[in-house]
Amino acid sequence: MTTRRFGQRLNIRNDRINMSHGSGGRAMAQLIDELFVKHLDNELLRQANDQACFEVAGGRMVMSVDGHVISPLFFPGGDIGSLSVHGTINDVAMSGATPLYLSAGFILEEGFPLADLERIIISMARAASDANVPVITGDTKVVEKGKGDGVFITTTGIGLVPPGIEISGDRAQAGDAIIVSGSMGDHGVAIMSSRENLEFETSIESDSAALHGLIADMIEAVPGIHCLRDPTRGGLATTLNELAQQSGVGMLLQENAIPVKPAVSAACELLGLDPLYVANEGKLICICKAADAQTLIDVMHKHPLGTQAAIIGEVVEDEHGFVQMQTAFGGSRIVDWLAGEQLPRIC
Amino acid sequence: MKYIDEFRSQDLAKTLSQAIHQAADTDRDYNLMEFCGGHTHAIFRYGVQDLMPDNVRFVHGPGCPVCVLPIGRIDNAIQLALEHDVILCTYGDMLRVPASGRKSLLKIKAEGADVRMVYSTQDALRIAQQNPDRQVVFFAIGFETTTPPSAVAIKQAQALGLDNFSLFCNHVLTPAAIQNILESPEVRDIGSVSIDGFFGPSHVSSVIGSRPYEFFAEEYQRPVVIAGFEPLDVMQSALMLIRQLNEGRHEVENEYSRVVSRDGNQKAQTLVAEVFELRRSFEWRGLGSVPYSALKVKKAFVDFDAETRFDIHTEPTADVKGCECPAILRGAKRPSDCKLFGTVCTPENPMGSCMVSSEGACAAYWSYGRFRDNAQSPTGKKAGAVA
Repeated sequence: MTTRRFGQRLNIRNDRINMSHGSGGRAMAQLIDELFVKHLDNELLRQANDQACFEVAGGRMVMSVDGHVISPLFFPGGDIGSLSVHGTINDVAMSGATPLYLSAGFILEEGFPLADLERIIISMARAASDANVPVITGDTKVVEKGKGDGVFITTTGIGLVPPGIEISGDRAQAGDAIIVSGSMGDHGVAIMSSRENLEFETSIESDSAALHGLIADMIEAVPGIHCLRDPTRGGLATTLNELAQQSGVGMLLQENAIPVKPAVSAACELLGLDPLYVANEGKLICICKAADAQTLIDVMHKHPLGTQAAIIGEVVEDEHGFVQMQTAFGGSRIVDWLAGEQLPRIC
Repeated sequence: MKYIDEFRSQDLAKTLSQAIHQAADTDRDYNLMEFCGGHTHAIFRYGVQDLMPDNVRFVHGPGCPVCVLPIGRIDNAIQLALEHDVILCTYGDMLRVPASGRKSLLKIKAEGADVRMVYSTQDALRIAQQNPDRQVVFFAIGFETTTPPSAVAIKQAQALGLDNFSLFCNHVLTPAAIQNILESPEVRDIGSVSIDGFFGPSHVSSVIGSRPYEFFAEEYQRPVVIAGFEPLDVMQSALMLIRQLNEGRHEVENEYSRVVSRDGNQKAQTLVAEVFELRRSFEWRGLGSVPYSALKVKKAFVDFDAETRFDIHTEPTADVKGCECPAILRGAKRPSDCKLFGTVCTPENPMGSCMVSSEGACAAYWSYGRFRDNAQSPTGKKAGAVA
């Protein structure tokens, strides 16, 4: 590293972002060099071009973009840095693709502490390295104080779909099984517990995680998976409604079968929320032929991110596209789209 | 969750369901009004209706604080934020309620008004402490349950010498509303609405006790069973109401005895009596002007009364044309009787207040129960619990 190019090093412990860090001049170059490239280091990023150039194998590629504006920036189990890596990797991976590369755009607010920015970038670098999906190009802009909220991060990911994989939200068919990879609502409750006006003590941590490894194991066992989607904003309920609408089917869930941690249930009870509408950042919904369901459950249980995987219901014919549920109490009800918002800025 | 799941047990629900089926006389109907939106929500969320015989019907009452507040009072809150430039603190449910001129607190917030969602009066007090150069108004709504915290907030503001905090009082009283429903022409004269008995409020009764219901159980000869908010509470209370009706009794019984006593929470009552006094009359959406049905801040605490401080006057305002919220709140109509229901009025774009709060009958019916209109739906059949 050529960290002496700019004379005195950045004072990360005490300095803050100022407008010159976004001006395109030496201050910006130094910020990129001593923070971004230093921590996210990889061969493509180091080339320091305005773009990254790489070879790809033939086949179908996927591309996805995700903006991250979460408040607070640091929360139990993660931060905006790791979330921005996991979120986009997951969006790419839900097509069955192997995620290859990420790009990252930062919008920084004047006055944001460099120490916090470094913490975020280190977390991002660790998440990218653990997932083996490097950040290979990026962009930095600075907005005046009061025009942002610390830092916003937009990441784009690309990936390659293995031959023979046809996963899409419009492929659910009557008779299919509906699987979730684990407990619902952890991320949303972890965020709530750390909100300024709503602090409460809980052992719950965000489930933020990159799911492409779990998905690789799943499609190896069952290449014919129909749908995959991560139930982020709006939670399980809203995501299932999206899939039902896209595929023109209904769904019938068994409330008893849906995994929810007791601490999440309790927090939701206290706040008047329904865990089925609370966000997740490290869980997936899988819809597959009923005959494949047990094979998938067995494979998922062997992966650290799928130990609680469960079959929670089935796809049914329904011209109205209702997602219905047999309640644990013994009655039935609709599980509707989320109306309005349960919580602002959770991802 | 300990002490919660026990009240949601499917096995106990089955047993109770069988007992209700046995007790209910097939030669008659049982129209039971749940006063509280909390009960309405529980009934829909857990699918309690599926476990009931067809002749036992839930009639949804007006006990949803957001739903019964007339548009004029929301207009007042909007004026406070826009014209007096106050920081208006409100519970989240109020944000989306439509006011006059297609406004809502959420919309004026987007236009720059300082409207803040809070979870308790304590949040509002803290905001007042943090913003000594701004006026902070807490938009106080709710029945007897939310009134004691409002009283505490005023006393705390006084003790702290907070001269920038005031409370816009819209607290209303349950017994007056129940009496008003029983006096309404639909129930009393025309007989178009049949209400055979009442599920008494749970949280409200924890404050006021069961004694206040004794008068109208006797006067109007309707049984009242104070019921908890869990689904098994609702079923057990239904069974108790059915038994009373079968035996020709009309008493106040207390199913929610783990929380509610006959005299209620006397400390809370004393606190409320110290800070608030009865209004001569208050406008309710659906019920109209109901005498002695609401509270206002007492003269001794007038410094903390937003109505006085900002000279607030409430204009009578008509509901949206075609909106049946008023009749639905009286139990005279069902959500599906409204032409706007599910067409132009949905939770995403509510026209009436009953579609806003999760305790509102329309929102609960739309979000949890509208599949019941479709015979071909996969669970259009009765749920399997009742064999």
